[in-house]
Amino acid sequence: MVMHRFANPARFLRFAAVALPWFSAAAVLCMAAGLAFGLFVSPADYQQGETVRIMYVHVPSAWMAMFAYTVVAGGSISALVWKHPLGEIVARAAAPIGTGFTLVCLVTGALWGKPMWGAWWVWDARLTSVLVLFFLYLGYMALLGAFDDPVRGGRAASILAIVGLVNVPIIKWSVDWWNTLHQPASVARMDGPAIHSSMLVPLLLMAAGFACYFAAVLLLRVRAEVAARRIRTLRLAAMEAES
Amino acid sequence: MTRKRRRLLVLVVALGLLGSATALMLAAFQDSLVFFYSPSDLQAKGAPGDRSFRLGGLVEASSVTRSADGRTIAFRVTDGAHAVPVTFRGILPDLFREGQGVVTEGRMRPDGTFEARDVLAKHDETYMPREVADALKKAGRWKEGEGLRPTAVPGPAAAGGGRS
Repeated sequence: MVMHRFANPARFLRFAAVALPWFSAAAVLCMAAGLAFGLFVSPADYQQGETVRIMYVHVPSAWMAMFAYTVVAGGSISALVWKHPLGEIVARAAAPIGTGFTLVCLVTGALWGKPMWGAWWVWDARLTSVLVLFFLYLGYMALLGAFDDPVRGGRAASILAIVGLVNVPIIKWSVDWWNTLHQPASVARMDGPAIHSSMLVPLLLMAAGFACYFAAVLLLRVRAEVAARRIRTLRLAAMEAES
Repeated sequence: MTRKRRRLLVLVVALGLLGSATALMLAAFQDSLVFFYSPSDLQAKGAPGDRSFRLGGLVEASSVTRSADGRTIAFRVTDGAHAVPVTFRGILPDLFREGQGVVTEGRMRPDGTFEARDVLAKHDETYMPREVADALKKAGRWKEGEGLRPTAVPGPAAAGGGRS
């Protein structure tokens, strides 16, 4: 597997040093272009009018919320099964970013729901499963720090993250399995996107920007965590040398 | 190596069991996980007594009437096969109009009319500029509330279920 080569922290740090500026620049460029396109160039929707522009933030953050959770669960799997040193660090680092995306998704969804549906919130399958995702993130982060022994906390949190993985397909297909107030998928569908190209372009630009932002912040956080662990190890070694 | 293998095996088996358990549970609660019932569901299973529930579908064309004082509105919710008369007193969402998807919450009156306390608008997954929508409508390739069709052949109304 390719990922195994990056499981080595030293190699990962070299990769991060090269990739970080590129991801950061791509995130800024894509988001700026996506916002300019979405707010000024793209047309209003035939039935939703101007409120459709909420989509350019709401949908990418929903995608990234699910993707970041998959990264948390994937990192947890590699930490539990192969004991990769980076697996848990990546999972820990991705969780707060994913929580942020989920929160943005829920808030913009409420702001969009009120004018279009007539309700800030309804308990349909899609909205409820995304709320469950938010609580899974919070539970994961709470468990990480819930034990005096960080190794035990990390293991318990990893198990929760893996168990919560069943929620991701439920979010994705909730709108197809049950009738919901939320409409079915517009972009990822068998017969091609049901969304006009003038609106699809800013949406995909924003999605690329959000993805690059996620990658950049993830690399930063992983780098910081690796450094923090190194400092901890050095301190312990120094203390042992003194005594 | 064998310990890693064993951990992986345990994980795969556990995930498989968890997935099947979740699937069984969701299948068992299928009826309570739906957000609304369609008029056909009501026809098949009957209204759930005096309990409040949600009824969803499309607002039937030329079925909307307003009372003299303009505050009570009556319309029919249809899924193509069956239709249920609905009355509502209150403020409608902006998207409400004939042919639009709606989800209404309320209870069934003995005379077979659904008395809604709340009306929510449901829109489909199609997004396009107004000019494109008008052009498609003119060409007969698309009707509001039915999603985009690749050909001019009108298919059966995809209402009621998730894809209205």
